[in-house]
Amino acid sequence: MTSSIDVEGLSLSFPLYHGNARSLKKTVLSTVTGRMASDNRNRVVVEALRDVNLALRPGDRLALVGGNGAGKTTLLRAMAGIYEPVAGRVRVLGSLNALVDPHLGMNPELTGRENIMLRGMYLGLDKKAIEGLAEDVAAFAELTDFLDLPVRIYSSGMIVRLGFALATSVQPQVLLMDEWFLAGDAGFMEKARVRLENLVRGVEILVLSSHVTDVVLQWCTRALWMDQGRVRADGPPAEVLSAYLGHPVQLSDWAQQRMATTGSDPGEAG
Amino acid sequence: MDGSSHLQPSENVVLDLAADQSWGERNRAAWRDVCDGLAQWRLVWTLAWLDIRLKYRGSVLGPFWLTLSTGAMVAAMGILYAVLFRLELRDYIPYLGLSLVLWGFVGALVSDACGAFTTNQGMIRSVRMPFTLYAARIVVRNLIILGHNAVVVVVANLVLWTWPPAGVAWLALPGLVLWLAVSLSLALLLGALCARLHDIPPIVANVMQMAFFLSAVIWKPEQLDDRQWMLALNPFFCLLEVVRGPLFGTPPSLLVVGCALGYSAVLFAITWLVFARVRGRIAFWL
Ligand SMILES: Nc1ncnc2c1ncn2[C@@H]1O[C@H](COP(=O)(O)OP(=O)(O)OP(=O)(O)O)[C@@H](O)[C@H]1O
Ligand SMILES: [Mg+2]
Repeated sequence: MTSSIDVEGLSLSFPLYHGNARSLKKTVLSTVTGRMASDNRNRVVVEALRDVNLALRPGDRLALVGGNGAGKTTLLRAMAGIYEPVAGRVRVLGSLNALVDPHLGMNPELTGRENIMLRGMYLGLDKKAIEGLAEDVAAFAELTDFLDLPVRIYSSGMIVRLGFALATSVQPQVLLMDEWFLAGDAGFMEKARVRLENLVRGVEILVLSSHVTDVVLQWCTRALWMDQGRVRADGPPAEVLSAYLGHPVQLSDWAQQRMATTGSDPGEAG
Repeated sequence: MDGSSHLQPSENVVLDLAADQSWGERNRAAWRDVCDGLAQWRLVWTLAWLDIRLKYRGSVLGPFWLTLSTGAMVAAMGILYAVLFRLELRDYIPYLGLSLVLWGFVGALVSDACGAFTTNQGMIRSVRMPFTLYAARIVVRNLIILGHNAVVVVVANLVLWTWPPAGVAWLALPGLVLWLAVSLSLALLLGALCARLHDIPPIVANVMQMAFFLSAVIWKPEQLDDRQWMLALNPFFCLLEVVRGPLFGTPPSLLVVGCALGYSAVLFAITWLVFARVRGRIAFWL
């Protein structure tokens, strides 16, 4: 099956049920302009996405850029089927992996191995594949003896390694990735970077929310500037990014050097 | 990728989600949710077991602590009430043990059902899964606990050497099947309602406390004499009786069975209407 993502006229709004609706509306409307509205049943809602249109085919690598609260994470969740449209339509074909939640639903009370097993089952892997997953994750995260201890007692570095290894150990056709995943990019271990680039190279469609200029320019073939839930601009990464940042952008020297030495960029679909 | 390229999500997702669904589409989506959720029984089972293992991790007796406390309660209450109400101990204690163990399941299930979705919000917001999965997890978890508590009933019967006639005990099986369906339905309904309306859990807790006293758990229906028919008005009693009666050697009357089926049918209908209507909204409420 060839993968695809089609988003047509998608709007999403979060109803706010907490507290007194009328006073809430007053305070909210006076502080935030434009985002709050009341729907046809007179409830206060946050309009997180408004009339978003988008079509992606194999080979497309899309970057979502925009300020805080622009709706990037919400759009990723809608494409993962977590939020169902309030208006419009979302169609996604192909195997899908969404890395939107930093904890990836890990339960700190469970051991590393149990978390790996659960993740495998959520992904619909069979027993043998889950064993493979456990081996792969354990080897990458270098947890050895800790694998059978509760995640609660791991050091924060170990938790990051486990979460990262888990998230990058399956190869979907459609990968949706939120920015937390690339956070601390500069200090990222070389080993982790190689693993992530391999994963990205293997997927057919990538949607990535990121503010890191290097990542967007290097990995993406298209960028979408989100503003207050709407699409403000859609086009080549360099153009959209310069419009968003308000100044011309280019790859940093460091990234250029790196590309020259490794001789490849993960933006090219394999 | 390095040594792991063989790992691929096994199922191909075909997501087609649209707003303004007709009732037909909503019904189909709700039905698919139920089927997909039950098809994941392996995951449901694992999650339920992990819930129990987690709760008792590091404890020597594990879930049998619950068995012990139920047993102590049965012994203490049984002797006290037998004296107070001048009841035959050998008759009353096995009855009370059975009733308390079964009611323990009902009570825990209903209170867990209120958190069916709210306690899983992390998972619900990070991966698309059928909501039925979370409801089934609660049912299975409480079934496992019920299995542990059943020891109390066996021990009570062993100690007093009072066994119910085996001939009718098997009649409890259809009752248990009905319980499974009712439990799943309750978990879906209460889970969805409680996610939206935060006033529901305290109301439910109050109702359950009242139901405990009104449903002939610690007393016997015979004690109502010729007003026993009034018990048929109580859905909790009817549903309790279809499992308890046969196990105690007193099969329920046709009236009670009919009422149990009727109340269940009403519950299923309400659950279906609510669930089909709000399924797509639950993630927004958490
Ligand atoms: N569960 C929720 N309930 C109510 N409002 C929400 C919820 N989730 C998101 N929102 C609102 O939707 C809007 C978009 O949020 P979103 O998380 O998608 O932004 P973002 O672009 O990812 O921002 P950031 O760069 O800070 O991560 C925000 O105004 C936010 O307040
Ligand atoms: Mg975000």
